Amino acid sequence: MAENVTPRVRVPREASAGETISIRTLISHPMETGQRRDGDGNLIPRSIINRFVCSFNGETVLDVTIEPSVSTNPYFQFEAVVPESGTFTFTWYDDDGSVYEETADIAVN
Amino acid sequence: MAKINTKKLGLMGGVAVATLGFASLSLADIGDDESLIVNGEIEMVIETEAPEHLDGALRTIYSGWVFRTDETQAMQADDFDNPGMIFVDQARDAFDTAMGTEGNSCASCHENPESLRGVRATYPQWDEEHGGVQTVEMQVNECLTERMGAEPYGYDSTPMRNMTALIASVSRGMEINVAIDGPAAETWEQGREIYYTRYGILELSCANCHEQNYGNNIRADHLSQGQINGFPTYRLRNARLNSVHGRFRGCIRDTRAETFSPGSPEFIALELYVATRGNGLTVEGPSVRN
Repeated sequence: MAENVTPRVRVPREASAGETISIRTLISHPMETGQRRDGDGNLIPRSIINRFVCSFNGETVLDVTIEPSVSTNPYFQFEAVVPESGTFTFTWYDDDGSVYEETADIAVN
Repeated sequence: MAKINTKKLGLMGGVAVATLGFASLSLADIGDDESLIVNGEIEMVIETEAPEHLDGALRTIYSGWVFRTDETQAMQADDFDNPGMIFVDQARDAFDTAMGTEGNSCASCHENPESLRGVRATYPQWDEEHGGVQTVEMQVNECLTERMGAEPYGYDSTPMRNMTALIASVSRGMEINVAIDGPAAETWEQGREIYYTRYGILELSCANCHEQNYGNNIRADHLSQGQINGFPTYRLRNARLNSVHGRFRGCIRDTRAETFSPGSPEFIALELYVATRGNGLTVEGPSVRN
């Protein structure tokens, strides 16, 4: 069970129609790979964010399947073309079933 | 690439002194004409005249930021990209959490972390009540145990590093101004002596690397001047915050010596001395380093 999992996003507040914007996302999460051992020699069980989805006004922009190779506090930076004003929704899915969500509005002129 | 040891110049002809003094500027990192402005607003001093007490041992002091690659440097320029800030946020939560028998949080007395602006810039400092030099970690534990009735944090533990990162972050941009005189003078002398003492099988002192060889490589490590204005620092090599005493322990262990412990009088004295070698630089913590 991961504690203190906090997502955050950086999306420009406004853009011109058809402009490509840069989006940065970060979520604090230990991303335990399942390969490490504790002091007694026992395997620490895997516990990672296994999927990250970004959608805009209901349409999927990015759908990432995450494997244990991604390290602590996964950081994604990507570009998106914004056709109109609306809301970006970011969703992170944890191995333990938790779902974290963050949104950001953008105004297009 | 070699940095001329200024102490040896006395043996050479006097004429040579003026030109040889600039040899170190041929290094790719120093004199790069870069600047560090965090979040587009906090302007850092990364290069400045060495404090007087160094007595010519160094003429210019540089923040550790100068010695890192462009990519590493860029990570510190924005709080979103600085992984150390995640831990600062965790400490902000802890700051507001009631702990201990008194039912108080840090906020009960200090209102908000911003009210502690100025602390990082002047610590370690003499504490009259306890009759000794006090570090920020000692101060945090003093509040926890004496005023909140709570268990102290481990000196080099995760919650302590998070808290010192928070306390450093609210002082960013402030000039380091740690006192070397007054009641702390004796401790300061102790620290200076440790700095110039060779330790371990490798018989290396702090000065051997950080004063005589900054800018050079020791194996794969690109040596800085060993300034601590950016501590606690987020190191890419272990993906977490690292404290001053944690780093001291690492350095002495690297000379293959039996090292002092975090929180020991030796490291407190050394931290006081090393902090004053950076007087004039600005608080950068939490910084991003190798």
